[in-house]
Amino acid sequence: MSDNRVNQPILWTQALTKQVNTGDQQLTILQDIELQVNPGEAVAIIGASGSGKSTLLGLLAGLDLPTSGKVHLDAVDIFSLDEDSRAALRGRILGFVFQSFQLLPALTAIENVMLPLELAATGNAETTARRLLERVGLGQRLHHYPKQLSGGEQQRVAIARAFATDPKLLLADEPTGNLDSATGVQIIDLMFELNREHGTTLVLVTHDEALSRRCARQIRLADGRLVR
Amino acid sequence: MNHFKLSLRMLHRDWRAGELNVLLLALIIAVSGIATVGFFADRVESALARESNQLLGADLLVISSQPLPEQYAGEAQRLGLSVSSLTKLASMISNGDSNLLTEIKSVTEGYPLRGRVHLANQSSPASATEAEIRAADGIPQPGAIWVDEKAMIRLDLKTGDVVDVGVTQLTVTELVVREPDHSVGFINMGPRAIINAADLEKTGLIQEGSRVSYQLLIAGEPHAVQQFRDWAKPQLTKAQRMEGIRDARPEIKAALERSEKFLSLAALASVVLAAAAIALAVRRFTQRHLDGCAVMRSLGASQRQLFYMYVYYFIALGMIASGIGCLLGFAAQQILTHWLTGLVETELPWPNWLPAAQGLLVGLVLLLGFALPPVLNLRSVPALRVLRRDIGLSNAHSMAGYLLGLAALSLLFIWKAQDLKLGLYIVTGFISAIAIFGGLGWLLIRVLAGLRHQAGGAWRYGLASIRRRAVSSVLQAVALGLGLMALLVLTLIQDDLIDDWHTSLPPDAPNHFLVNIQADQLQPLQEFFQQHALEPPRMYPMVRGRLIKINGKEVSAEDYADDLHAERHIRREFNLTWADELEADNQVVQGAWWDNGTQKAELSIEEGIAKTIRVKLGDELTYDIAGSHFSAKITNVRKIDWDTFRVNFFVVVPPGLLENYPASYITSFYVPPTEIHRVHELVKAFPNILVVDVATVIGQVQQMIQQVSQAIEFVFLFTLLAGFAVLYAAIAATQDERIFEAAIFRALGARREQLSRAWAAEFAILGGLSGLFASAGASALGYVIGKHVLHLNYTFNPWIWAVGVSIGVIGVLIAGLLGTRSALSSPPLLTLRKIG
Repeated sequence: MSDNRVNQPILWTQALTKQVNTGDQQLTILQDIELQVNPGEAVAIIGASGSGKSTLLGLLAGLDLPTSGKVHLDAVDIFSLDEDSRAALRGRILGFVFQSFQLLPALTAIENVMLPLELAATGNAETTARRLLERVGLGQRLHHYPKQLSGGEQQRVAIARAFATDPKLLLADEPTGNLDSATGVQIIDLMFELNREHGTTLVLVTHDEALSRRCARQIRLADGRLVR
Repeated sequence: MNHFKLSLRMLHRDWRAGELNVLLLALIIAVSGIATVGFFADRVESALARESNQLLGADLLVISSQPLPEQYAGEAQRLGLSVSSLTKLASMISNGDSNLLTEIKSVTEGYPLRGRVHLANQSSPASATEAEIRAADGIPQPGAIWVDEKAMIRLDLKTGDVVDVGVTQLTVTELVVREPDHSVGFINMGPRAIINAADLEKTGLIQEGSRVSYQLLIAGEPHAVQQFRDWAKPQLTKAQRMEGIRDARPEIKAALERSEKFLSLAALASVVLAAAAIALAVRRFTQRHLDGCAVMRSLGASQRQLFYMYVYYFIALGMIASGIGCLLGFAAQQILTHWLTGLVETELPWPNWLPAAQGLLVGLVLLLGFALPPVLNLRSVPALRVLRRDIGLSNAHSMAGYLLGLAALSLLFIWKAQDLKLGLYIVTGFISAIAIFGGLGWLLIRVLAGLRHQAGGAWRYGLASIRRRAVSSVLQAVALGLGLMALLVLTLIQDDLIDDWHTSLPPDAPNHFLVNIQADQLQPLQEFFQQHALEPPRMYPMVRGRLIKINGKEVSAEDYADDLHAERHIRREFNLTWADELEADNQVVQGAWWDNGTQKAELSIEEGIAKTIRVKLGDELTYDIAGSHFSAKITNVRKIDWDTFRVNFFVVVPPGLLENYPASYITSFYVPPTEIHRVHELVKAFPNILVVDVATVIGQVQQMIQQVSQAIEFVFLFTLLAGFAVLYAAIAATQDERIFEAAIFRALGARREQLSRAWAAEFAILGGLSGLFASAGASALGYVIGKHVLHLNYTFNPWIWAVGVSIGVIGVLIAGLLGTRSALSSPPLLTLRKIG
């Protein structure tokens, strides 16, 4: 990485807009979103259900295409890339934590964590995965399948997987949405600890005010617009 | 990590987690079915060929009118084949003052290479019981002669008598009851004798100009025989020819070819079933891998990476599953063979490895054709699915995927059918069936769904479910319909084929021919039959004539110098007959049979002989009959069903044209084995009449038919098993959806039996639709294949509709309810949590 990138925001958007056609009318989900996230920051995007949070997260990760506007990820205009290049970029700098964990049912805990490393053809996938699972407290459950793990344990595996490639930016979509509150708190603690240890930038999407306050900065979304 | 390693890991993980169960099972059953049919058919075919070769005394004969050069025997021995030689000539044998023109066979050690010569040391086989008949151990010793019953009777011989053969004397040591290469034709039907080749020269019978047939008998492994055939073909001179059983015996050729066609049909049916099962199973596979692919895409996997991963994944899967299938197929046919040894008297030869290679190839082609295209679409799963589960793949994608599968299947059909015509019929039939079933299924589902408001309880939910899963439902109905159609077609044809054989060669098929009956013997002969309570047979007039002109142009044997077979026909006399009606086992293929009472000089010719002597409809043929000329125009060409063993003629003319020429009569009739002594009485009462016994040949053909029928029935069992794989795959295809549906219904308070009834209604409708499609398709395809490919008298079977629909409803209902038991019993909360 060149030095001049260090002080640049790791993520910034420019007039990001997403509209969808619902038969006879056009629905605006996101309108002219302008946001900037600096390296090492922890930012919460907060909003009620249907405010467009998940759509925004999808666009920030390059999983979806905007109607107009730009997203710059690590100084790269991601929508100028084709789908495969965006995927490669994701593999290099992004980590994900999803509400529904998104673990592959056919893979054991350790194999789920190894997967992004294997896709990126990184050596020592197994050592890294084992270390991370031990770090999240699942050293004894390496070879368990997702269905043999509790919800909290599954999300720990997902967190270990998110940090496996040592990403610059971690995107978390309602990470406690499927967990009871006590487990939710543990999971969030763990995620923030790892975030600090790895010096990762965090963008957290949630509808939970208390959770959003764990981040240094909150960005509020209502009816597809940022509310200052 | 390279793609290959990663894909193997993914494969291993999916396999271990049971994700591949349905696909694996479908593929393994399909390949093992194909391999079993392949291995078994291969062994049965070789066994049948070997058994029928007993009628020839060898697997292959090289025949020549000149002594055969050493190179033929040398090459055969080099290829590891067994050889023996035989010299056949006609000569007088004398016992005192009695002389008899006899066909003498001089044989070398090893004769016959296939089958056995059966002997009895009685003077007449009529008095020899079966227990007194024994298989010969070797050939006549030098100085000995073995003679048949006719020679024994006519020369009044008994064992130990000395006869003159040419300039030497030989001692009669045995009575020949049966010879494997006993000719059924009418050329060599006189008395016969066998001598040792060492005595041939001493007889002084071979002189310049003697009519001698030199034969080299060859037997061994089929591929070595084929190698020899390929090597020898270009070496043959004009005076030499090769004859295998198929060249020599049209009736056996017909039976063998039909059974081979049927067995390939059975293998084809397994291919169709496998394709249907794989298409269904892969749908489930794709759906279950949507999430995984979306996650991988979000984790940075490129489309290219996913593409290679799945290509390697499926090649490896195909190799492993096909390998297992082949091994299972081999084991299954071993069991089958073992089981059959009690039924089949022949020891089956070891199969070759080609069926395994075919099974492997078929498995790979099916998997890569049907599974890979839809699976490769997975690479375009939107990564956004990780956030929004409702995003998936469009159906257009998967539909396009099946096109490649169909193309692959068509190629397999044409290849497996080993017959372009049969392959094309089936391909067209199945592709039309898929299109029609698909369209009709879509329409019917819409119509039925429209009726759901009129329907009560369970039926309403059942119809609603079918409508909701319209694409899956159409696919399931089409796949199940195709599977059932393949099974029904096979059943229909199998029954027709076996029936047809049994009808054409019933247990009382004629087993004796009487030749050279004179006009004044017709009446006494009729009386003889009546006296002995035998059904008097129909007598056919026969006039012998030599073909001398075609369209006024003289013909001679030299004109056919390039074709030994044709040359022989021109040299010898044709048997002509007259008839006003077409025989039941004859079929006019060109022109038209004459009107009753026609006065025109018309002529009907058999299609094979017409081709051999190069004549066609409209040509005028002139025969020399006892010095007078007779001419007539070919007005129709007939095809003869040679399997029936009835009297048939190459050339037939209308009544009124040949009556003034010298004629003799010929007939065929059935004599039960217990009444065989009547034949001997007949020989004594009418010494001039030649009796030709074809009982041995008929017995062998009947036994062969019996074995083929059994083989066909057994092979059918495997096709049925493949049918179950389709059923399993069809039910499993919507299993995940059902588990989810059950969870929601039960969370909303539905009782298990309510759900169960709704699903039963859905399965019954699905099964009914499949059955309906299958019956319609099977009737049409069965007709086409039966009529145009196997040349059977196809009988339309109205029961097929009732049977098809019932099997569809009952089969799908039972399999469906059994298959969804687990979906009903999983706790709803667990499922709903899992779905998130």
